[in-house]
Amino acid sequence: MKPILDNLPDIIKSAILTIELTVISILIGLLIGFIFALMRISKIKFLFYLSYYYSFVFRGTPLFVQIFIIYFGLAQLEFIRESILWIVLKKPYWCAIIAFALNTGAYTSEIFRSGFEKIDKNLLEAANSLGLNKFKTFLVITLPIGIKRSIPAYGNEMILMLKGTSLASTVTLLDLTGTAKYIISTHFNPVEVFVFVGSIYLFFTFLIHTFVKYLEKKFRYY
Amino acid sequence: MELLSFGDTGWGDELLRATFMTILVAIAAFTFGFFISSLIVPLKLSKSKVLNFIGNTYTTIFRGVPELLVIYLLFFGGSSAVMFVAKIFGYKDFIEINAFLTGSVSIGLISGAYTTEVLRGAINSINQGQFDGAKSLGLKKSTYYVFVIAPQVLRLSLPNLSNVWQLTLKDTALISVTGLVEIMRQSYIASGATRNPLLFYCFAAFLYLILTTISLKYFNKLEKKYNFYT
Repeated sequence: MKPILDNLPDIIKSAILTIELTVISILIGLLIGFIFALMRISKIKFLFYLSYYYSFVFRGTPLFVQIFIIYFGLAQLEFIRESILWIVLKKPYWCAIIAFALNTGAYTSEIFRSGFEKIDKNLLEAANSLGLNKFKTFLVITLPIGIKRSIPAYGNEMILMLKGTSLASTVTLLDLTGTAKYIISTHFNPVEVFVFVGSIYLFFTFLIHTFVKYLEKKFRYY
Repeated sequence: MELLSFGDTGWGDELLRATFMTILVAIAAFTFGFFISSLIVPLKLSKSKVLNFIGNTYTTIFRGVPELLVIYLLFFGGSSAVMFVAKIFGYKDFIEINAFLTGSVSIGLISGAYTTEVLRGAINSINQGQFDGAKSLGLKKSTYYVFVIAPQVLRLSLPNLSNVWQLTLKDTALISVTGLVEIMRQSYIASGATRNPLLFYCFAAFLYLILTTISLKYFNKLEKKYNFYT
C-alpha cells in the first residue's frame, strides 16, 4: 500500500484530469453527434453521405489509431505547423480531446439517429393533421421522444468514453491510467495498483450509471 | 506509395504480416472470451446469491475498467503470477509470458464480459415455453440447455455478438503497448524508421476499416442465414 499512499497526490491529480477529459469530450461529442444525426436524417444527399462516412470511419477504426493520427500524424504536415491550428495541435491535451470528441461524436450521432428514426408513424401523421409544419413537428415530436429514447444507449457511450480516456496516457498525458502505469513500472506492484485505480474507474462508472438512471426516471412520462 | 510496397524498400509485407497477427489475436481473444462467458453465464443465471455475486463482479470489473489497465495488469503481473504458481510445483526459473498470450488473455477477459451480458440477455429473452416443453419431454437440464436453448441463444445473440467482435477487433490495437507486432505496433515501427507517421497511421486506420467492414458483412450474412423464424 505504501507506494500508492506516497503517490496519492499524483493519483488525485490524474483522476481530476480523467474527469476533465471525459466531461469536455462528452460535451463536445454531444454537440457533434447531434449535428451529424440531424445531417443523417436530412434529405440533402451531400449532408447525408458526409455524416454517413464520418460515422463509418470513426466507428470502424480504433480510437488508438485516431489519437495517433491526430497527435503524431498531423504534426508532420508543414502547413499545419505554420497555421494557427498548431497552437492547439501541438498540445497532447487538446489532441486527445479532439480525438475523443470526434470518436464519441460518431457513436452519439448513430444513437440519436436511431432514436429519431424510430418515431411512431401515427404520431407524425397526427402532427401533420394538426397542421404542424415539418420543422415544428420535428421540434415538438421527433426531438423530445428521440432524445428520451436515446438516453440508455447514450449512458453506455459515456461509460465507453470514460474508458477511452485511458488512451490519453499513450500521448504522454498523465491521466489515471498513465499514473497507474508509472507507479507499476517504478514499484512493480501491478495487482495493488490495478485494484486501487480500477476501483476509482468503477466509482466513476457508477456515477455515470446513477446519473443516467436519474435522467431516465425524470423523463419517463408515459 | 513506395513506402507501402512489398520487398526490402517498402513496409507492405511487414504490414500484411501484422494484419494477420491482428486477426489472429482478435480471434484468440474472442474465442477465449466466449469460453469464459460460457462459464460465467450459468453463474449469473443461477439461484445462488454467491454465484450471482461472482458473475456480476466479473462483468462489472471488466466492463468498467479501461482496457489498457487490464493489459498493464497482465503485462506486468502475468509472469510473476505464473512464476508464483510454478514455485508451488517446485519450478524456480524465470518464466516469461509472451506478448501474444498476454494480449489475447487480457482482451479475451474484456470480450468475455461483454459476451456474458449478450448471452445472458438472449437466454432471458427465450420464451418460457421452450424450457417447459423441454422439461416435459423429460430431458435433463444439461441436455436441453445444449440442444434446445443454446442454438436459439446463438441465433438471437448474433447481432450483439457482431458488436462484441467489432469491439474486440478494435481493442487489439491496444495490445501494441506490450510489444506484440500487430498493425498498430508495425505502423509505429515503420513511422519511426521513415519519419512518416501520417501515412502509416492512416494506412493502419484503413486496414482496420477493411477488417471491420468485412467482418460486419460476414456477420450480416450469418444473421440473414439463420433468421428463419421472424
